[in-house]
Amino acid sequence: MCTVCGCGTATIEPHHHDHEPDHGYSHDHHHHNHYHHHDHHHHPHHAHSHAHPHDKAPAQHVTSAEGRIDFGVGPARAHAPGMSPTRMVQIEQDILSHNNHFAEANRRFFAERRILALNFVSSPGSGKTTLLVKTIEMLKARYPLAVIEGDQQTSFDAERIRATGVPAIQINTGKGCHLDAHQVGHALEALDPPEGAILLIENVGNLVCPAAFDLGEHAKVALLSVTEGEDKPLKYPDIFAVSDVMVLNKIDLLPYVPFDVAQASDYAARVRPGIETLLVSARTGEGFDRWLAWIERRYAACVAS
Amino acid sequence: MHEMALAESVVRLAEERAAAEGARRIRAVIVEIGALSCVEPEALTFCFDAVSRGTLAEGAELRIERIEGAAYCSRCERTVAITARYDPCPECGAYPLQPTAGTEMRVQAIEIE
Repeated sequence: MCTVCGCGTATIEPHHHDHEPDHGYSHDHHHHNHYHHHDHHHHPHHAHSHAHPHDKAPAQHVTSAEGRIDFGVGPARAHAPGMSPTRMVQIEQDILSHNNHFAEANRRFFAERRILALNFVSSPGSGKTTLLVKTIEMLKARYPLAVIEGDQQTSFDAERIRATGVPAIQINTGKGCHLDAHQVGHALEALDPPEGAILLIENVGNLVCPAAFDLGEHAKVALLSVTEGEDKPLKYPDIFAVSDVMVLNKIDLLPYVPFDVAQASDYAARVRPGIETLLVSARTGEGFDRWLAWIERRYAACVAS
Repeated sequence: MHEMALAESVVRLAEERAAAEGARRIRAVIVEIGALSCVEPEALTFCFDAVSRGTLAEGAELRIERIEGAAYCSRCERTVAITARYDPCPECGAYPLQPTAGTEMRVQAIEIE
């Protein structure tokens, strides 16, 4: 489901990831070996190019000196021609390992260029893009900035960002409900953010799915607006549990809505002990001194490391 | 529905290994899903059937092994059973607890032919 380069949807297609230097496996190997299991014995010169890495997969077949591969001849595996012997192969890999490989590559990219990457997560409509636009306006004179926008459809958000003069790449996830590290890797290639930049990644508006997908960022910033319920950190704990800061947006509306700020920060601290709560209005700029100070602290730590 | 992306990862891991093993077909994929992980087993099964079409895992059975949730309560100084990631301690009501089991999301093994 690569929605940046358009290489197929919801399928696992052969696909080279040249931007990922230690991507530990090649997708090219799917076409060897499968449907001619029993033919091997009759084609001793059949060429088997082993693109797949044997260091990750203990070989369960025997490769002869003539370059022939015999299946089902190992000890304790009887091979009866015409039958389909089944066997168990241990994998023991985290389901997210593929995403995590790409996240690691992104992390190295950020480290090499001393880029601070922040991943903004929230439900739709809490004001992520407005927060970004305001933040950009206040920081762009002092830092190189770049933005990755994630939405299911349209490039409205990237256009709003580009109107500030800052480069932005829009990722349309199509049916996808979150950004993944692979998409972000492609976007980084296209965006080519300069050394010492602050990269703002606006995830798909979704308080559930983005929690599980590491993009290689330095921190997740959870945004919650006061027009939502203060109990959201408990209702959708996963996202708050992986965020370093909760930004409470739209505080200019506090006089008109029954939102309990103290309760919201208490709930957030329940799922993420020590989480910082910052109160802002992306519309009026109220509270931005603390919010920008938070970013600058993280930036200083990132550049110094 | 991040289960769709997770199902794609399951199929990818299974297919890569199956191809490396020279398998003709994957009969079953065994995954371990902890009760505290962000995965709904029913949704994962539904998505697995959809994304495995046209792959070596088409028609394969997805066997989900559930792992119960457990966490360490520093006030009680012992491990307690919990059913949700951010539950308070069932004994003393303290939170947060440190999960010790049940957050797993792993592809354990495949059965191939």
